[in-house]
Amino acid sequence: MNTSPVPVVEVLSAEKVFGNGTRALDPISLTVQPGEFITLLGPSGCGKSTLLKMIANLIEPSEGRINWWRGGHEAVGKPGRKLVFVFQDATLMPWARVAGNVRLPLDLAGVDRGEADRRVAASLDLVGLSQFGRHYPRQLSGGMQMRASIARALVDEPDLLLMDEPFGALDEITRNRLDADLLRLWQEKNLTIIFVTHSIYEAVFLSTRVIVMAARPGRILREVTIDEPHPRGEAFRVSQAFAGYARELQHLLVEASHGAGPQPGDVVAGEPA
Amino acid sequence: MNMSSSTRRVPLIERPEFVRVAAPLAVGCVLLGLWEWLVHLYAIPQYLIPAPSAIAKTLVTDWDLLFSSLLITLKVTFLAFFMSVLIGTLVAFVFVQSRWIELSLFPYAVLLQVTPVVAIAPLIIIWVKDPLPALVICATIVAIFPIISNTTLGLRSVNPGLLNLFRMNKASRWQELLRLRIPTALPYFFGGLRISSGLALIGAVVAEFVAGTGGTSAGLAYQILQAGFQINIPRLFAALLLITVAGVALFLLMVVLSRFALGHWHESELAPET
Repeated sequence: MNTSPVPVVEVLSAEKVFGNGTRALDPISLTVQPGEFITLLGPSGCGKSTLLKMIANLIEPSEGRINWWRGGHEAVGKPGRKLVFVFQDATLMPWARVAGNVRLPLDLAGVDRGEADRRVAASLDLVGLSQFGRHYPRQLSGGMQMRASIARALVDEPDLLLMDEPFGALDEITRNRLDADLLRLWQEKNLTIIFVTHSIYEAVFLSTRVIVMAARPGRILREVTIDEPHPRGEAFRVSQAFAGYARELQHLLVEASHGAGPQPGDVVAGEPA
Repeated sequence: MNMSSSTRRVPLIERPEFVRVAAPLAVGCVLLGLWEWLVHLYAIPQYLIPAPSAIAKTLVTDWDLLFSSLLITLKVTFLAFFMSVLIGTLVAFVFVQSRWIELSLFPYAVLLQVTPVVAIAPLIIIWVKDPLPALVICATIVAIFPIISNTTLGLRSVNPGLLNLFRMNKASRWQELLRLRIPTALPYFFGGLRISSGLALIGAVVAEFVAGTGGTSAGLAYQILQAGFQINIPRLFAALLLITVAGVALFLLMVVLSRFALGHWHESELAPET
């Protein structure tokens, strides 16, 4: 159990203004502790994906800075400081089998064959795809492709998992199942997860803490702690507490988008609508 | 057409793979029969339109001559095709290194493409003494463009998500090329191969027409020219037939290659079921 008090991520007054002058994010500060499951929730254009990509070091903040485990980005990737990003789409290589896709990070890092085989098998097992290693991505459903994508993330044994609306394109039933499985993995693997979504129910079900964001300019509106013990099951989805949190978040989102109809500059780079 | 032995399980006539072969074959037979019949009916002289039977007879009697010519044409074709693939791929790799290189060189590739080979062939034949290299150069000029443009497009068509994934995993440039860019480019490359293989044959024939090389290195184009001069029209048709068959065979070879390389994953090679 990793009980180190070192925060996984510290966002320190980081802001983002894109080259065309679009202000994607006002200065934002956010500290993520080990073992948290943080959801960034907000309307499109609120900069939640931009914030996530800054944390992934895919985008540089215009001002302010980000610390990873109290250090710069150079130390990220060392044991105990592994950060993995899961994309909105499964982003699988169509020419490689599922197992080949999952082992890509290991191949790129030059992990030896036997070790890689073992970790790929374990990873596929975790997401329930052990029977599908020899399949090609096109032979899998959307939900299974996403599972393969998560298996590829897990094979690297990450400490911090960044997920950008990973289940946004899936139907609700599939999404609920994947959410439940993700929670199980988060607990089993002592992961820290930062998860972007625009689904209130997904945010309530998954998170220990929901960061509600507002658009124009992108900013943090409120933080809501979901005070519900894990493991959470289907019973939680239909409980009073769940409905209460959902209502609270719903009100906040209405506030967040108050008076904000479509405006020029709605399309923000790095923040697909 | 023998369809008596079909029946039993699925009738042969209803099988798509049978129909795919049999239907165009039947059309061909009917057309050839019609041709033969009309030629005899109107007693059309052989120096205008020879009957299919006469062409077939010539094909047999002149086989040694025609076959050695076919080999020479094929030799030029394959050499040109090989050069096109080799140089075209290398050029594409250079192009994708930077936009600057591509922007400054691509217009010249287009220039090469739009200049009719018949117009520059005489020059090349003057500059290059040996007929074989001269012909190969001409045919290469014709065949190279689809390889360059398709491979360049393919190497550039990398899924941005996958590219991000590779970058986040700190993949080297070499790994990125080998594991991402080349597999992405393969379907485009094979598309280029199909076009280029046909063009290589066309280029070989056209170049030989212009060069008019005879003697021991006489290809099929030379046989066509000679047959035309001698009003040996059946032989002309026979040579033409061989060129066509060679073109079709080349195309099929490319289809098989493409299926072999891409069949297991790319949409273009998948059966439309699933």
